[in-house]
Amino acid sequence: MRIGVGTGFAGDRIEPAEILLEKGNLDYLVLECLAERTIALAQKRKLANNNLGYDPLLEKRMRSLLPKLANKKTRIISNMGAANPIAGAEKIISIAQELNINVKVAIVTGDDVLSKLTDNYDIWESGKKLGDYEEILSANAYIGAKALLDALKSDAQIIITGRVADPSLFVAPMIHEFGWSLDELDKIAQGTVVGHLLECAGQLTGGYFADPGIKDIEGMATLGFPFADIDSDGTAIFSKVEGTGGELSLATMKEQLLYEVLNPHAYYTPDIIADFSKVKFEYLKKDHIKVSGVSAVGKPETLKVSIGYNAGLIGEGEITYAGPNAVPRAKLAGEIIRTRIGHLYSDFRVDLIGLNSAHRKEFRDTDPYEIRLRIAGKTNNPNYASLVGEEVEALYTNGPAGGGGARKNVVELVGIVSTFIDEQEVVLNTLFKECNSNETV
Amino acid sequence: MKLYNLAHCRTGDKGNSLTMSVIAYKQEDLPLLVEKLTVDVLKQHLEGIVLGKIERYVLESIGAIQFICHQALDTGVTTSLTMDTHGKSLSYSLLELEV
Repeated sequence: MRIGVGTGFAGDRIEPAEILLEKGNLDYLVLECLAERTIALAQKRKLANNNLGYDPLLEKRMRSLLPKLANKKTRIISNMGAANPIAGAEKIISIAQELNINVKVAIVTGDDVLSKLTDNYDIWESGKKLGDYEEILSANAYIGAKALLDALKSDAQIIITGRVADPSLFVAPMIHEFGWSLDELDKIAQGTVVGHLLECAGQLTGGYFADPGIKDIEGMATLGFPFADIDSDGTAIFSKVEGTGGELSLATMKEQLLYEVLNPHAYYTPDIIADFSKVKFEYLKKDHIKVSGVSAVGKPETLKVSIGYNAGLIGEGEITYAGPNAVPRAKLAGEIIRTRIGHLYSDFRVDLIGLNSAHRKEFRDTDPYEIRLRIAGKTNNPNYASLVGEEVEALYTNGPAGGGGARKNVVELVGIVSTFIDEQEVVLNTLFKECNSNETV
Repeated sequence: MKLYNLAHCRTGDKGNSLTMSVIAYKQEDLPLLVEKLTVDVLKQHLEGIVLGKIERYVLESIGAIQFICHQALDTGVTTSLTMDTHGKSLSYSLLELEV
């Protein structure tokens, strides 16, 4: 069976998915659109409007992909439902009606566990209790491949969910197609590495990899996304559509294997604890790599829950200093602002962009021609949040010489912390919506 | 010589933890990297950035080392005041190391 991946994050490009659907001869196209914080932000949109809370690019993506899906065997699996898979499915149906395309959508719910949590739940990162956090916005459990199986057994061509663990979006169709039992742990572990490698899409084919002269990648402008031809034991040959840009090599595969992996000997998903340490990559021919050698070390007993909470506000201001003595002038400006308002914030930063902002320190002594000063302060007070940008702007007439291009900004912070929930607490459900000859059922 | 000449690196984020993979261009360079890139060397290099402990895993099968750096993202990707909240660019700070 062949699974391709059409998005690696919520803001990903659409063209590679279109190419995969048109030319990839796929059985499944997975659109992975949820990062850690994405669902909490979606939950905020849902709180503001009950018809929203799905992926902001869902409409654009489905308008493009639905016509290409018609008369094809390919099925789409996506977590674009985010905080509101039902509204997301309704949106897909309304687009299908408008375009006069027959399609059946399966909706998988159950990840939203906000109502199940009590103040006593332990917060993993801080050692505090859930009750210690003010204004909880969302709680979504990472549900596994099992959640998608009823939808896969149906004839729905599109399956839309919320917080399903990324690799599980890929493992579920493997379980379905190959008839694996949920106790065939080694096969599920091997399928999990396939899903883990695919889940970031372009990051496997040279995106986030290229370094001119050192790690050259051809055709970055037309970067193609990967697919895998998977065998019934979970081993897979990775490739991409011929003619697309990018590269699938041992080096790109190795970087992606370790991406966001906290322990290569024990990679946790809701389905499995997998050992990636003995993975085998074989170069078959250009842009064709075989992956095998992954096994299971166990099965997790609880599910991870991502909790979104209101974490206050960030006020930001920026201004540029250029030409002779730019760095000392920018540093003076930073000191002035810190003296004036720094004490008002729970956390306060002065960054010199081009010198020390990216890594919070200077790894080399340099004398850049221009420096952008950036001030950021964290607070719960909206007046203090806007004050940061106001004070930076006021440097024009109250600061060092030659500052230009001031900008200001206030952002609402959604923090994420984690807890664990017993799998029995999670109630999975599968619903269907259909657009058939212009009639919605 | 700089690590940049011998290996490539990618970072990833999980909450307030940072993963840093170091992958040798040539498998035969792995023992040298294992010898030079100790947890202590990394701690010193990333002083002021990584505030928690650092763990190291060596992956012989792909010629790589994986570092897990705890308390490395200024309270975490969702609440950090830093410019690069994910720590994505930090991979290249590691490649500055002399080995």
